[in-house]
Amino acid sequence: MNNFIITISITVAGCIVLQFMEGIILGKITAHELAKKQKEISVAEFFERNKHILGFGNQTRALITSVKEGVDNGLDACEEANILPDIYVEIKNHENGECKVIVEDNGPGVIKKQIPHIFGRLLYGSRFYAIRQSRGQQGIGISAVVLYGQLTTGKHAKIISKVAQDRPAVVTELAIDTNKNRAEVINKDTVHWDKPCGTRVEVSIIADYKRGKRFVYDYLLSTSIVNPHAQIIYREPDGTEHIFERTSETLPKKSVEIKPHPYGVELGTLIKIAKNTKSRKLSTFLKTEFSSMGDRTTNSAIQKANLDKNLNPKEMSREQFLALHSAFKEVKIMAPSIECLSPIGETLIKRSLKHETQEISPEFIVTASRPPSVYSGNPFQVEVGLVYGGKLPKEETIKILRFANRVPLLYQQGGCVTTQAISSIDWRRYGLNQPSGKGIPSGPAIFLTHISSTLIPFTSESKEAIADVTEIENEIKLAFRECARKVQYHIHKEIRRAKTREKFNLITKILPEIAKKSANMLNKPIPSLDTIITKIMDVVWIEDLIEYEKIKRESIQTTLIGESPEQQIEGTITKSRIMVINYKHTPQKFNLYAIIPEDAVVGTVSPKPSKVSNNYIKWSLETIPPAKKIDINFELAGLEKGDFDENDLYVENINPTYVIGADKWEGN
Amino acid sequence: MKKDYSHVISKIDAIATKIYDDFQKTEIPFVNLPTRTKANIKFDENLNVWKYGKSITERNAKSLDGAYMLLRTMFMADFIKEMIKINKSSTLREMYYISEGWDLAKFHSQQESNLLAEDLEVITSCMREDFKLRPEEDGARVIGNVMIEEMTRNKTKKKIHCQDDVGDAGYLIPYNVEPEKITFKSIDADFVIAIETGGMFDRLVENGFDTSNRAVLVHLKGQPARSTRRFIKRLSEEVNIPVLVFTDCDPWSYRIFASIAYGAIKTAHISEYLTTPTSQYLGVTPSDIENYDLPTDSLTKEDINALKSELSDPRFQDSFWKGEIKLQLKMGKKSEQQALAKYGLDYVTDTYLPEKLDEMGMSRK
Repeated sequence: MNNFIITISITVAGCIVLQFMEGIILGKITAHELAKKQKEISVAEFFERNKHILGFGNQTRALITSVKEGVDNGLDACEEANILPDIYVEIKNHENGECKVIVEDNGPGVIKKQIPHIFGRLLYGSRFYAIRQSRGQQGIGISAVVLYGQLTTGKHAKIISKVAQDRPAVVTELAIDTNKNRAEVINKDTVHWDKPCGTRVEVSIIADYKRGKRFVYDYLLSTSIVNPHAQIIYREPDGTEHIFERTSETLPKKSVEIKPHPYGVELGTLIKIAKNTKSRKLSTFLKTEFSSMGDRTTNSAIQKANLDKNLNPKEMSREQFLALHSAFKEVKIMAPSIECLSPIGETLIKRSLKHETQEISPEFIVTASRPPSVYSGNPFQVEVGLVYGGKLPKEETIKILRFANRVPLLYQQGGCVTTQAISSIDWRRYGLNQPSGKGIPSGPAIFLTHISSTLIPFTSESKEAIADVTEIENEIKLAFRECARKVQYHIHKEIRRAKTREKFNLITKILPEIAKKSANMLNKPIPSLDTIITKIMDVVWIEDLIEYEKIKRESIQTTLIGESPEQQIEGTITKSRIMVINYKHTPQKFNLYAIIPEDAVVGTVSPKPSKVSNNYIKWSLETIPPAKKIDINFELAGLEKGDFDENDLYVENINPTYVIGADKWEGN
Repeated sequence: MKKDYSHVISKIDAIATKIYDDFQKTEIPFVNLPTRTKANIKFDENLNVWKYGKSITERNAKSLDGAYMLLRTMFMADFIKEMIKINKSSTLREMYYISEGWDLAKFHSQQESNLLAEDLEVITSCMREDFKLRPEEDGARVIGNVMIEEMTRNKTKKKIHCQDDVGDAGYLIPYNVEPEKITFKSIDADFVIAIETGGMFDRLVENGFDTSNRAVLVHLKGQPARSTRRFIKRLSEEVNIPVLVFTDCDPWSYRIFASIAYGAIKTAHISEYLTTPTSQYLGVTPSDIENYDLPTDSLTKEDINALKSELSDPRFQDSFWKGEIKLQLKMGKKSEQQALAKYGLDYVTDTYLPEKLDEMGMSRK
C-alpha cells in the first residue's frame, strides 16, 4: 500500500513503457502474459539498479557522495534550527575495501518517530515542493547512502540523535526494506551523549578510500569556503585531523519559501496545484497559489487564455490548463521575490577564500556579486571570486571551484555552464594565458562561482554540473568581467606601488648616502637635500596603512543553544591611516575619496570629512604647502580582520598624473 | 720605480666635486659618459681602431638605477683612493667582495662591479691599472719560437723561451704585459695564430705546427682577456709579425676576432692599447663549412639574433663579413674548429691550415 509506484518519475515510466511496446511489436509475448509480469517497482529497487544516477557509480564516487549527503544534511538541519554548524566527519578504512563513514552535526536532532522515515525511506523529506534555496531537495540523499551501504556490505546503518539537552540520545540501527521502501528497525536504545543536541550517522559502505581520499578533503575544504559560518572537523583513518575553521559567526540569512512563479511552472504541476487548491475561482486561484500575480497580471493571463475568471479550477479541462499555461508565457509578469535566495555575500566569500588560501599567500582576492535574476520563473543569483598569484602554479590551467546553493560541485567540470562562461571570456588582457583567447585559461589563479537558486538546473540527478541556461551563463560572464576589471586595476596598482616604493627608497636612502659620501671624500659639510627631493619626486604622494584592533563587544548572535546570551565575542575595528605628502614645489588643494565596503560602519574620521555615503568618505583637503604632509584617519566597524585590507583612493580637482597612490575620481 | 698616482687622485676627486656641487646648486646630481653601445662606436682614422663616438649617456639620480650607480661610483672611487694611499692593489673579484661592506652600494654580481670599474676608466680616462685593480690570471698560453724576458716577483729578470723552457702547456701570459713586466728578446717566426679553443691549441702543439710552419701559437681561451689582447698587439707591432685568428664558426667567435682586430665595445675607450688592426681572420668561415663539408649544428635563436645584430654592427660592414654572415644565416648552420677532425687528426695541420695560409698569401716560400 505504501509502495511508491514507478509513475512518479516520468523518465522511468517512459522507459518501462517503451520496453513493453517493444515486446508487443515483436509479437513474442501477449499483453495478458505481460500483465502477469507487470508489478510495482519500489524506488529502492529502482535505485539498486541505477546507482550511478545518484552518484554511486563507482567506489570512489560512492565515498564522496556518502560524505557529501551526510554533510549537506547536517548543515541544512543546523541552519534550519538557527544553530552555527559544527560538523564532524570521520572515515574508518578497513582492509577489505569497506569504509565506515561517520558524520555528526550539532543540529536540532531528529525525533525518535521520524528517524526510520528520514534515514530508511527514499524520497521522504520536508522540502519536496518547497520553493526556496536549500542544499537537498529530493529527499533521496542520506537514505540513498544507507541503502548503498546495505547493498554493498549488508550492514545496518546506525543513527544517534538527541533533540534536547535534558533528554537522552536515541540509538537506532536500521535497514531498508527495498520492496516496501520502508525502514526496518533492527535495534533501538537510549544512551548518554555529551552533546546538547545533534545527529550522528554511521554507515558502512564498500568504497575506494585510497582514490577517494583527496576528493573527500577537497570537498570538505570547498564546503568550508562557501559555508564560512560552519566549522568542519575531518578525521582520516590514520588519525590525521583537519580542522576547517569557522570564519563568520553569523548564520546565513534564512531563505523564505515562496510560491511557484507562473514562468517556471510545468503543465503537470499546474494541474496538480489546481486539484489541491482551496480557491473556487480561477482568478483567486492564480492570485493565491502563485507568486507575482496581482489583479492586472491575473486578468490579462485569463484574457490571453480566453477563459472565464469564475471557472472552478478543479473542474477545468486539460485543454483549458494548456491554454492558461501558454498564456503565462505571453503575459509580462514581475520577477519572483528574491527573499527565497540566500547568497553568501562578497565580504564573506573574500574572507573565506583568504582564510583557505593563507598558505598560498595570494597577491590579491577579488569578488563580484550580481543582482538576483530569473530563468524560467526561478530566481537565481551569481557570486564569483578570484584568487590571484602567490604560490599558485603559473603554468597550469586555473582551478575552478564551482558551487550551487553552498554545495561544491566536484565532477563534470567540462559540462558545466560555469566552465562555458569562463571559457568564453578573453583572459589574455588580465595576466592569464589562453591560446586564441578561448577555453580555460592558465595562470596563477583560482576561480570561484556560487549560484544560488530555488531550483538549480542540474544536468543530472547526481547534481554535478549546471545545465547550459542562457540567463545563468550571461550572469556568470558579467560577474567574471567585473572581477577581471578589478584584476586589471590591481595589476595596475601593483605596478604603480612598486614605482612609488622605488622613489621613496631613492629620496630617503640613496640620495642622502650620495650626499654624505661626496661630502666625506672632500671633507666638506653634508649639503641640504630638500629642494632636490621635490625636484626628483614632483608629485603629491599618498601612502596608506591599515591596522586592526581587537575589541570586546557584546554578542548580537542569537542561537538556540547559546547558554549565555551575554557571551562576549571579539570584534575588530579596522583603522585606516592615509598620509598625503606634497612633493610638488607649489601648494596643492584637492578632494580625496576613500572607498569603504557597504556593510561597514564608519566610526571616527579625522579630519572632518565633507561627506560620508554608504560606500565612500570624501574630504575637501585644506591647502598643503610644498614638502608638508597631512594625516587622515578613519575607522570602520562591522568587519573582520582582513576584510578591508587595502584602501581604494581617488582624487578630484587635481591633475591625477601629479598624484601617486590614488586614481582619478570618476563619480560614483 | 714608484708610480705617481696624483693625477689619478685628482681625477677621482673631480667626480666627487661634481656631485657635491650639483647638490649645492640644488641640481639633481649626474655624471656624463660616452654611451657604451654598439651604436656609438666609430672608426678612428688616426688610431686605426674603433673608439666611442660622440653620443653621451647621462647617469642621474632621478631614477633608482641611476642613483644606485652614482652611489656605487662614489664608493668605488673612495675605495681606490684608499688603496692608493696605503699602497695596495686588489683583484676585481676582491673588490666585488669588499663591496659587501658597502651596505646600499653593494654589488649584486661581479659583472656589475667590473662594468662600473670600466665606467670609471671611461669617466676619468684612466686605466684599470691606475686604479690598482687587476684581473685574475686567466691562463691564456703561448708556444712558439719566442724569447721573453719577464720581471719576476723577486725583481729579477728571467728569460723564458716559449718552446724550450716550457712544457706542452706553454708560456702563461701574466695579467701585466707592459714593458716593465715583459719584453720580447728574440723571435723567429712567420706569423702568430690566435686560437679560440684549448683543444685546437693542443692539437697544433701535438702536431708540431709551431716548428713545422714557423708559427707562434696563442691560446685565446674564448673571449680574450685584456692582457692577451695587449700581448698580441705588442708582439705584432714590436717585431712586425702578422696575426691570424682561428676560431669556431659562430657569431660569438666573430666577436672574438673583432675584439682583437677592431676593438671591443666594452673597452672601446682603450682600443688603441688593446687592438691589433692588422690581424686577419683565418677561419673557420661559413664558406669553409661548404667547401670542406664540415659537420654542423643548427643555429639557435640566440645565434641568429647575434648574427643579425652583427649585420648592423659598424665593425662588420665590410663585404667579407657581410657576405659570410648572410651566407651563414641562409645555411642556418654553425660549426667548430675541432669539426675538422672529421677527416683525421692531422687534417687541420696537413691540409686545412696550409690551404688557408696559401689563400691568404701567408704560406712558407
